Amino acid sequence: MTKQQANWSPYDNNGGSCVAIAGADYCVIAADTRMSTGYNVLTREYSKITKLADKCLMASSGFQADVKALQKLLAARHLIYQHQHNKQMSCPAMAQLLSNTLYYKRFFPYYSFNLLGGLDNEGKGCVYTYDAVGSYERAGYSSQGTASTLLMPYLDKMLKSPSPLLLPAQDAVTPLSESEAIDIIKNAFAAATERDIYTGDKVEIVILNAHGIRREYMELRKD
Amino acid sequence: MDHQEQRDGKLPSSEDDSERTLYPYVTGTSVLAIKYKDGILMVADMGGSYGSTLRYKSVERIKPIGKHSLLGASGELSDFQEILRYLDELILYDNMWDDGNSLGPKEVFNYLTRVMYNRRNKFNPLWNSLVLGGVKNGQKYLGMVSMIGVHFEDNHVATGFGNHLARPIFREEWHENMSFEDGVKLLEKCMKVLLYRDRSAVNKLQMAKITEEGVTTYKPYSLRTHWGYSAFENPTVGAEGSW
Repeated sequence: MTKQQANWSPYDNNGGSCVAIAGADYCVIAADTRMSTGYNVLTREYSKITKLADKCLMASSGFQADVKALQKLLAARHLIYQHQHNKQMSCPAMAQLLSNTLYYKRFFPYYSFNLLGGLDNEGKGCVYTYDAVGSYERAGYSSQGTASTLLMPYLDKMLKSPSPLLLPAQDAVTPLSESEAIDIIKNAFAAATERDIYTGDKVEIVILNAHGIRREYMELRKD
Repeated sequence: MDHQEQRDGKLPSSEDDSERTLYPYVTGTSVLAIKYKDGILMVADMGGSYGSTLRYKSVERIKPIGKHSLLGASGELSDFQEILRYLDELILYDNMWDDGNSLGPKEVFNYLTRVMYNRRNKFNPLWNSLVLGGVKNGQKYLGMVSMIGVHFEDNHVATGFGNHLARPIFREEWHENMSFEDGVKLLEKCMKVLLYRDRSAVNKLQMAKITEEGVTTYKPYSLRTHWGYSAFENPTVGAEGSW
């Protein structure tokens, strides 16, 4: 008698893409609002961006149940941190916490591709980019999700950031203004929507700067 | 210290298999639900299939939960009954507080997502797709959870085949503040399509609505179908040898 094989998978890919761009004194984080499974669209109005702390936002794509569980866990840890330290977690601190949380499930991973965006302790924009098991680095900009391979080259060219290959390493934040960065994001998503079936419907753009948090939406193709 | 059992690290050993759901046995098919002017309308047929046999024909797959919610389920019916037992206990404890507060649809939905996700984490899923709809303090809520914990809320939801056949019709014809009559018509239209095209569908529907006033479950009824198409009379004309 051959061994039983599982006929269900604990994972699913609910699709979608996200982008984050760090500027001198702002951070923009954007994600599409489509949630799909297989060739079906489950809903067109689903936010992939969540606020973890005052100066720290997270955008995640991948398996939605894992993403939601991860967000819940981090929110709970942040609450405990606030009780213990009487202050909000900084973005770099949250970045480390996320990495550790992901690695904790190294042998049954959260199928979640994350981007952290926010302002560091000096008020400069910061973006952290992750893989599913917690490997991370601080970057000037990044993209994750089903269209990340379509988005990343566009960002590489348009953001005019210093090359990550330069030595000595230069700060990778974009010299562009906030409105220019937002325009680039809109164009990037419109382009990605054309070729990635899992990206579309709407893009939600959240802008974090010294004045607070602001949200913008742009319609995308729904096919 | 017996390394024999740990050979394949992914699935538990054969002794543990009897304690995990491997595949569903008695299943229900699609559940559909929409938000309308006064609350939520939900519909499901009353069939319980045992593989390709239609074993049970009066299964109630929509049940009221507490004062403010309706739960509809597709998939393994015994797992649905287990979920109803969990929710019974949840509502009981909520009532025992006797503090005038009661669990609304958002809270019940959140509880269900946690239960489904937790079971998936233990590799022993409840083999259901659940639809949770309700109204509390004038706020309408409608959500869906799958067997691996994927969940979302929207103005219209469907499980199983309903996702393929009913959701596109909802997207075309659903609008904000539909009247009760319009809502019923829309759901019946979709159920008819499912009847024609889903082989596990059964022509005996259970419709239920939930509003601020409470739950109303309607008597089971059937849809009128039409099979008198000429193409059905001689189906193999033009394709000799087919069936």
